[in-house]
Amino acid sequence: MQKTIKSIIILILVFILGIFFLALNKNSNYDTEHLIGNKLLNIKLDSFENNKIISNEDLKENQFTLINFWASWCAPCRDEHPYLMELSNENNLNIIGVNFKDKKTYALKFLKSYGNPYDILAKDLKGKQSVSFGVYGIPESILIDNKFVIKKKFIGPINKNDLNDIKDIIK
Amino acid sequence: MKLKILSIILVLNFSFCFSSEKILDENSIYKNLRCLVCQGQSVADSNSDFALTLKSVVKDLINQGKTENEIYDFLAEKYGDWILYKPKLNPVTFLLWSFPYIVLAVGGLIITIVIRKRGKKA
Repeated sequence: MQKTIKSIIILILVFILGIFFLALNKNSNYDTEHLIGNKLLNIKLDSFENNKIISNEDLKENQFTLINFWASWCAPCRDEHPYLMELSNENNLNIIGVNFKDKKTYALKFLKSYGNPYDILAKDLKGKQSVSFGVYGIPESILIDNKFVIKKKFIGPINKNDLNDIKDIIK
Repeated sequence: MKLKILSIILVLNFSFCFSSEKILDENSIYKNLRCLVCQGQSVADSNSDFALTLKSVVKDLINQGKTENEIYDFLAEKYGDWILYKPKLNPVTFLLWSFPYIVLAVGGLIITIVIRKRGKKA
């Protein structure tokens, strides 16, 4: 009987150590892999230019839409801007720029200096609407298809690899 | 006697009324939300831009009449279960939730066996 008890205790210890081992080797950084395949329903964004609300209706015509969260005060946004300019030439991709916690004059100045890659411009003055997109910092970009399914999410500035990924997806 | 029974019913009735109008404690919700841009801090502990925005969104959701679970569901849908300190019960987290009870049951079983064995020896 004592042997059985010892074996059970050893088994539990091995199990606990196994859990610790797995937990320590697991990447604890937040990633967005689990969001791929989710649908972005009830999109509501304030237009940058007027009082219009941008919703799913405005996006369903596009084969693919890249929703890019940016601000004039965000230095990494400047790094990704040339790639967004390149993507703006793609026919089956529309880009929505969500100006995040920014001032209109600074945002317009930014677009004048670096170019405007956006088909639609929206604004999120308080950053609350961005929570509905799972945004926690900028720049962030979400690639969705015409059924509003998330194909990929990019945290941080889009780089050359991301650019190629997007081009592959929208091919 | 009738009066006593009536007063008990009235008191119980009032307590039910109060329980249905339970006011959500926003701080307890903040404590269960992970600040994704901080190092091991909850939204309640953080003054980061992200935490402040999330606090504001939670307040809005409470004002809209959402329940605590609805708020967690909304945020977990947007950021994944990682945002919740207390994970929801689902097939992935089933072992996590049931493990303490398994250990308790196995421990109890071992203790019972040992006590019975000692009793037989005595």
